[in-house]
Amino acid sequence: MDKVMSNKLVITLYVLPALLLILVLIYVPIILTGYYGLMKWDGIGEMSFIGLENYTKLLKDAEFWKSAFHSFLLAIFSAISLIGYLIISLILAGKIKGANFLRKIYLVPMLLSSVAIAQLWLKVYHPTNGLVNSLLISFGIDNPPAWLAEPNLVLSALFVPIIWQYAGFYILIYYAALKNIPESLIEAAKIDGANAFQIAYKIKVPLIAGVIKVTIVLAIVGSLKYFDLIYVMTGGGPNGSSEVMASYMYQKAFGTYDFGYGSAVGFFLLLICLVVTWLIRKLTATDEEIQY
Amino acid sequence: MSMVQQQKQPNVSTPLITQRPANGIVNRLGYGLLYLTLGIIAIFQVYPLVWLFFFSLKDNQEVFNNSPFALPTSPKWENYTKVWTEGNISLYFFNSVWITTVSVLLTVLLASFVTFAITRMKWKFSKLVLGLFMVGLMIPVHSTLIPLFSFFLKVNLIDHPLSVVLSYTAFNLPITIMILMGFYYTLPREVEEAAIIDGCSIHRIFFQITLPMTAPVLSTTVIINMIYNWNEFVFINTFISSDKYKTLTVGIQNFIGQYMTEWGAIGATLMISIIPILIAFFFFSNRIVEGIAAGSVKG
Repeated sequence: MDKVMSNKLVITLYVLPALLLILVLIYVPIILTGYYGLMKWDGIGEMSFIGLENYTKLLKDAEFWKSAFHSFLLAIFSAISLIGYLIISLILAGKIKGANFLRKIYLVPMLLSSVAIAQLWLKVYHPTNGLVNSLLISFGIDNPPAWLAEPNLVLSALFVPIIWQYAGFYILIYYAALKNIPESLIEAAKIDGANAFQIAYKIKVPLIAGVIKVTIVLAIVGSLKYFDLIYVMTGGGPNGSSEVMASYMYQKAFGTYDFGYGSAVGFFLLLICLVVTWLIRKLTATDEEIQY
Repeated sequence: MSMVQQQKQPNVSTPLITQRPANGIVNRLGYGLLYLTLGIIAIFQVYPLVWLFFFSLKDNQEVFNNSPFALPTSPKWENYTKVWTEGNISLYFFNSVWITTVSVLLTVLLASFVTFAITRMKWKFSKLVLGLFMVGLMIPVHSTLIPLFSFFLKVNLIDHPLSVVLSYTAFNLPITIMILMGFYYTLPREVEEAAIIDGCSIHRIFFQITLPMTAPVLSTTVIINMIYNWNEFVFINTFISSDKYKTLTVGIQNFIGQYMTEWGAIGATLMISIIPILIAFFFFSNRIVEGIAAGSVKG
């Protein structure tokens, strides 16, 4: 049996196509990104080696740090909103009628493309005929702001569709984890006189700590590489006030054809994502996996 | 916090049942509030889409003169026929369908091969190879974009659908393998072992025994992949420039750029791009929910 199941030719045949694809299209490119960062290159003509010039320029580039700061704000916002999603999931998982249906309703925006969401929310934020401003005008506010054109408001305005898109996703994950907690543990706590808040705070939340940790990583790393919606809705504007790291990279490479510098930004983005993932896992490390 | 401390006071031995009648009204009020909150969130999640559907059935005059909350007075279904026939929407739609289908089939088949080899067969580097696939989950797409662009440029695949199909497949393999793995570990080996004893070849085991047994999880991965590929934007926007290969996600972006002022047409275009996904969700919501949960919690 082992002879059949360790046939080297068959293993190669089954694994090689997929392995080649990820090596050529994922692993080689991330190495090349770092390498191209050392070049002066417009993407088509000759490359010339300029050492660490792109990387030192990056460290002094105020526009880049502004975009990095915006990405960082998004990450913080997203991480904080997880608390809200957790509370909603605790309510939904608490034997409420229609929880299944509601959870599915919440998930719907997650299924749509960022472009469709972006176009829809461009209309929602439309200065005169959009949902938001029509509502504000009907409440008697005469001159509501043009949300996406105000440098001070644009980032907060963009955060609403981002919440809208991902709320259902995190609620789903928490709900699934909470439903996996054995009923006997909750029953035992009730017999000991614990109330709903105590059960939620002292039993349910600690039991799904591992899942919460994963969602923190997903939310923060996801925000750091956030791109589609912002690119379509504002293109980073007005005047760079909603630029994030990925849109800055895209603009440098495919907007101004500075592929060398764009690569340096891309490599920096990769490093940040990997370091942040590692850091969060380290900081939130639990000593042992919870068994029940 | 003070609430928690107060609740600690009652004696543990107090029968819980005696507390219930006193709390009845409070409980009902509490439940009412909970449902109100959950309902408001549900409206927040769904109303923008309902509103989109409404303005897809209006003309500009109605959009600009009437309240945005108003129902369409006489539904303009011709908005749909107009964008379907006049723009390239039908072409983009067809491209979305075939590019999604090919990528999904390729991804699920290759991922099944890999998962079978890793969970069923014995070889030295299986752990390492699995690790390579799993680390792939953490790589941001944008960090690979410039080298991919120059690679496809060199091999003449820029503005060729193959570049997109291959990229979708590569980037969806890790998540697909992860979802498949969980299921493969639960499958009994006895059937496969019996087949080997009967002299069945490994390829027949894979195609005729194992693959059919994984049908439930295959359908989950197919739907998850379908949603990802149908909605993908960055690769197609970067690699494809001719209209004849564009998919709906970038197609509608262009279309809206040209007809910026016609709200009805924009609404109809957006509805066309999201209806297939909504229909899939309507029929397969349990599979989709399971797939999204399985694909994320273990990450």
